[in-house]
Amino acid sequence: MITSFLVKSLDRTIITAAAILLALAALVPALNLMTAPDHPLHVPTYLVSLFGKYLTYALLALALDLVWGFCGILSLGHAAFFALGGYAMGMYLMRQIGARGSYGNPLLPDFMVFLNWKELPWFWYGFDMFWFAALMVVLVPALIAFVFGWFAFRSRVNGVYLSIITQAMTYALLLAFFRNDMGFGGNNGLTDFKDILGFNIHADGTRAALFAASALALAVSLVITSGIVRSKLGKVLVALRDAESRTRFLGYRVEHMKLFAFTVSAMMAGVAGALYVPQVGIINPGEFEPGNSIEVVIWTAVGGRGTLIGPIIGAVLVNGGKSIFTAAFPEFWLFALGGLFVLVTLFLPKGVVGTLQQHLARRRANREAARKNGEAEFAAAEPMAAE
Amino acid sequence: MYRFIQTVLMALFLTAAATPWVRAEEGLRDLVNALGEAKLSNMDEHIAALAKTGDPKVVPILEALGEGNLYARKADGQVFLTEGTGSKLALTDPVSGDSAGEAPKTQLSKVKVNNSVRRAVRTALGSLTLLSPNRDARLKAAKSVLQSPDADALDAVENALAAEKDAEVRALLEQARATSLLVSDRPVEEKRQAIQMMKQRGGRDALPVLSIALGSADEALKPDIEAALASIEQTQALWAAGQNVWYGLSLGSVLLLAAIGLAITFGVMGIINMAHGEMVMLGAYTTFLVQEVVRNSYPGLFDWSLAIALPLAFLVTGAVGFAIERGVIRFLYGRPLETLLATWGISLILQQSVRTIFGPTNREVGNPSWMSGAFELGGLAITWNRLWIILFALAVFAALLFLLKKTPMGLQMRAVTQNRRMASSMGIRTPLIDALTFALGSGIAGMAGVALSQIDNVSPNLGQGYIIDSFMVVVFGGVGNLWGTLVGAFSLGILNKFLEPYAGAVLGKILVLVLIILFIQKRPRGLFALKGRAVEA
Repeated sequence: MITSFLVKSLDRTIITAAAILLALAALVPALNLMTAPDHPLHVPTYLVSLFGKYLTYALLALALDLVWGFCGILSLGHAAFFALGGYAMGMYLMRQIGARGSYGNPLLPDFMVFLNWKELPWFWYGFDMFWFAALMVVLVPALIAFVFGWFAFRSRVNGVYLSIITQAMTYALLLAFFRNDMGFGGNNGLTDFKDILGFNIHADGTRAALFAASALALAVSLVITSGIVRSKLGKVLVALRDAESRTRFLGYRVEHMKLFAFTVSAMMAGVAGALYVPQVGIINPGEFEPGNSIEVVIWTAVGGRGTLIGPIIGAVLVNGGKSIFTAAFPEFWLFALGGLFVLVTLFLPKGVVGTLQQHLARRRANREAARKNGEAEFAAAEPMAAE
Repeated sequence: MYRFIQTVLMALFLTAAATPWVRAEEGLRDLVNALGEAKLSNMDEHIAALAKTGDPKVVPILEALGEGNLYARKADGQVFLTEGTGSKLALTDPVSGDSAGEAPKTQLSKVKVNNSVRRAVRTALGSLTLLSPNRDARLKAAKSVLQSPDADALDAVENALAAEKDAEVRALLEQARATSLLVSDRPVEEKRQAIQMMKQRGGRDALPVLSIALGSADEALKPDIEAALASIEQTQALWAAGQNVWYGLSLGSVLLLAAIGLAITFGVMGIINMAHGEMVMLGAYTTFLVQEVVRNSYPGLFDWSLAIALPLAFLVTGAVGFAIERGVIRFLYGRPLETLLATWGISLILQQSVRTIFGPTNREVGNPSWMSGAFELGGLAITWNRLWIILFALAVFAALLFLLKKTPMGLQMRAVTQNRRMASSMGIRTPLIDALTFALGSGIAGMAGVALSQIDNVSPNLGQGYIIDSFMVVVFGGVGNLWGTLVGAFSLGILNKFLEPYAGAVLGKILVLVLIILFIQKRPRGLFALKGRAVEA
């Protein structure tokens, strides 16, 4: 069954993309760790971390594409799931600090000592174990997405209404995480991490490993998403995206399918967040900003929604552009981003990859047509020759 | 003591020789000088004697005594009002009010005061000013007795009451008498009347007086006091609730202002305009510019600056809205999610433009004089700017309703949104109407910006704070229905303010958001939903 899933999910593009990702996962750490700093092929550590970050963004964009591109749910709160995953990982990393914090408390993270808390809140239990934290990275976003989606899809909240309440959800979470009483470090969030699984988080080796993990996670998610999209369920998802009422009248449980896609997508976003946090070294409530979620939408839109590799390319392109722009002309980044939103929606509604695919398909169709025409001419010419 | 006798003798001598008014003056001087000799233990007798003269000159003397600025000259026992710090003090003659030169501190001895003396001074002052010919002084004195009830002041208050003609001062004095009576040793029946009187008057400051009286009161009086306490507390609770409603209305008016333009662009036209908040911001910056010009060139017009800014803001943001509709949105009709993204992009561009031009910091927008200050209405404290904003929000709402329902343009707008093709067939230029409707919504957002500049920081991020709230209001109230927006804004405002005391400001807001999300599950089309086929279109 798994093999059939795999066979169905893999077409040439996905195989190539996954292979490239796996190659990157092996190659980049190797080039970073095994070459001398002055070697022409050496990849500096800061680039490894930077691109590791882009890969987690790409995973987030892929997660959004699953719901927006294939299911028609424009979530303006996907960064919330990303941040929740990030917080779960951050809590694990906080517990790993142990007695090395500035207050030297073996159990309580620094900010709790600072707030004069006497004992660990119940929801921090278990986060000293990696497997538990890893489970929570997936489960917490999944749970919230499930509950939220259960209510929203069941009562048929659609289109822009859904977008607006997802935005309200992330806004509510933003406000909540800003509160000190919540027990997640308030305004400052969680930071000053020391190590992960016993390895120093600032070491080159750990950073390279985190990059490899991000590339691997992205490759795996790509294959899973591709499997979902190509399955029968995926076909129904596309159908309900294009004509929800008709799909419902055909007897499909539309809300269950949406809920499934939304929850899976939230899990992927959570994993992305968990990989993001150790690479940037901090997680704070700013990640819940509604603006962040909307930025994810533009990555997906630039790359091409409804294509699987589009969001990945879009996320890397836009964020690469952001890194270059904010360093060179910090004033103009928002102009560029804003312009990108307008121009992409007006002139490139299918995104870079979508437009390219369309173009290729048209050329293929033209060639096909030309070949058929040629055959027809040949066939037409034949009898004449026979005469 | 010898010196005292000497002065008294001298005083007697002088008194005998002088004309009557000089005699009175000299009598006062003796009494004052006696203060220099008095002991702490019998000081209150001296003070009472001074107060008994009823002379207005006594007031500054007693005040100086209370503040420790009364000194006696060691050489002759003369008492002076002093001023200044350091080793030398400036002396003033207490009776004539003339300056008496300076003297080093070593030659003077301070007239001693302690708390019981200060209390005696206060009481004496209270009763003195209660009889003052100046109405404001009497009013102030009555208030001060009312705030610190004192059994000793009772006689003075009653005297004053007998002489008082002015109704307002009389009312205050009666209250003051009631509060003072409770702490005195008057008969129970009189006290009972006083309690009744306090019960009727109510007010927060009556509570501690009654609670203290409850502790030491007769058994017979206790039920009366308790009843009075309960009744006053109940009224207080009512006023507090009223104040909350007021705050809620105030917040609601802000929400209404922010959301009402959106009710047009989103509610009527169905355009998700994420740049709506930036229209509010542009309106606020227009106000800032107008005020800069007014301040620099026509300072006399400052009170009119908002009136000048209103139409300008409407025109500026309306023009920006018109340009956005013609330039971007018209290509995206029928694709709401793309509209959302494009307008978000526009909002980023507008924000950054303002940041580049005006800088990222807050800009100062002043309150005109008629918008600053506050007044009290019963137990409510009402600030003028909030009151004006509520009135302004309602006025804008009424104007918009009129425009949509009673003018040809409104008719065309409604026709286009209800059935575009039919409207087009009837000769309405639908593209122009689209652009004008969007411009109207944006212009109203700009006018909201003028009002919000009065209560919020004018910075490039001003609009972002309102965008989510405004969408919540429109969605909660029901899309396509102006009345829904009105009810939605005020009910969310009041709900927010009633949750705040229990949950805190932030948690209250989160709760409201969650409630709205749940509400949309229940009624996906809002409080006042449109019905019929138009819904699906």
